[in-house]
Amino acid sequence: MSLFSFLDKKHTIARPGYSRWLVPPAALCIHLCIGQAYAFSVFNIPLSKLIGITHPAANGAPWDPGKLMAITAAPDDWKLTELGWIFTIGIFILGTSAAVLGRWVEEGGPRRAMFTAALCFGGGFLISAIGVSLHQLWIIYLGYGFIGGIGLGLGYISPVSTLIKWFPDRPGMATGMAIMGFGGAAFIASPLSVWLMARFSTPTHVGVAETFVAMGLIYMVFMLIGSIIVRIPAEGWKPAGYVPPAQPKKLVTDKHVYVYQALKTPQFWLIWWVLCLNVTAGIGVLGQASAMSQEMFPGRVTAAAAAGFVGLISLFNMLGRFFWASMSDLIGRKNTYYCFFALGTILYALVPTAGNIGNLTLFVLCFLITFSMYGGGFATVPAYLKDMFGTRYVGAIHGWLITAWSAAGVFGPVLVNYIRQYQIDSGVPKAQAYNVTMYIMAGLLVIGFLCNAAIRAVHERHHMKHDHAVAAAE
Amino acid sequence: MSNAQAGGDNTIKLVLAWGLVGIPLAWGVVETVINALKLFQ
Repeated sequence: MSLFSFLDKKHTIARPGYSRWLVPPAALCIHLCIGQAYAFSVFNIPLSKLIGITHPAANGAPWDPGKLMAITAAPDDWKLTELGWIFTIGIFILGTSAAVLGRWVEEGGPRRAMFTAALCFGGGFLISAIGVSLHQLWIIYLGYGFIGGIGLGLGYISPVSTLIKWFPDRPGMATGMAIMGFGGAAFIASPLSVWLMARFSTPTHVGVAETFVAMGLIYMVFMLIGSIIVRIPAEGWKPAGYVPPAQPKKLVTDKHVYVYQALKTPQFWLIWWVLCLNVTAGIGVLGQASAMSQEMFPGRVTAAAAAGFVGLISLFNMLGRFFWASMSDLIGRKNTYYCFFALGTILYALVPTAGNIGNLTLFVLCFLITFSMYGGGFATVPAYLKDMFGTRYVGAIHGWLITAWSAAGVFGPVLVNYIRQYQIDSGVPKAQAYNVTMYIMAGLLVIGFLCNAAIRAVHERHHMKHDHAVAAAE
Repeated sequence: MSNAQAGGDNTIKLVLAWGLVGIPLAWGVVETVINALKLFQ
């Protein structure tokens, strides 16, 4: 069997006796790798000291032909602001490639997509290692940012519809397991990166290039294993003992909506805002959590304790993905999002009170529950899409929905950072500078609640009638 | 292949596959919890 035929969708169909419980670990092989993106910041400081080793070197500007020193001086180390673009490009390309390549993923099957994701994500690290060795930042933008970003996008959506098809009885739990891996990947990547850099570093060398090579190869192999394990169920397969409900629920369709037709429905855009607002409220605070805990509880929360707080938030972000997505199978997707928005509004509004009365436990509790719902929002949304638009193109539709995450990635941090700075500039003490932000976040969640309330079943005119509908839509 | 054999094969595959993803994840979670305890010290 040739490689191309091995990757083919029809060679991915499971034989009788294949256990569907092998599919979640296959999906986790992908998500536990690509979620490394959340831990990329551990490379920022070492990358800013490649030349200076112990401190960032600032010797001159070799690219400026107007300066004599350009010819003679050693090059500068990269600034943190320049390095920040690596992650930003990666996340932007994640959203873009998930949207653009979603249909390719859906029609070619999960193995081809996972295989390509492995090559892109692992290859992105290898190309970046060249960029580090040559001290050319644009090569890292190209490697980790652009090519790795395509791996991120393809990898993120590739197992979604496969899991939903294998677990028609528990689609929320199944996709929750995979997306939990994305949230948990930083727990592995962060200590692994630090350990590898320590192994490869010398008094005259930071060891980032070798770490990139090692991580690229480890991730590529891990993701390829996932692509080998994964299978799709045979046409008409159902889990033993599973009987589809005779009377479908009002918000769960057994029909299918074509990917580009779904984009024309109000339901898609309402869910887009539901995700965007839920993520905006969380992502902005996530970036400031360490500083916020120290500034709201000065003297009580040290830098080390604040790092522990961020770790705890990440843990609840991960666990919430599995818990809330599984819960949505029991109480329904719409009710799950009602919980996120109602409870989230109350908890955000409670944070300033926790700060004012100096109750650290209440402060921590508010954030842990809030961030379990932030993760839950990501993990529940594929099943919400499946309920509204059917299983046929759910992966591709999910790909387009990921743009809501990209948008939130811009709105959230900007909102939190600018409001905080405005408050401090207006003379508000640092300990209270986050109060207005928390109330604004609570307000965003109220809007999300209303968007969720407006979601109704998709009108039947959007349903696929037969395959000609696809051809016509193309 | 008999049903018993297929079941045994599946069990081995399941243990290997879940171990492959579960062990590193559990290690990372334990490391995080140990660091997080500093918050309450």
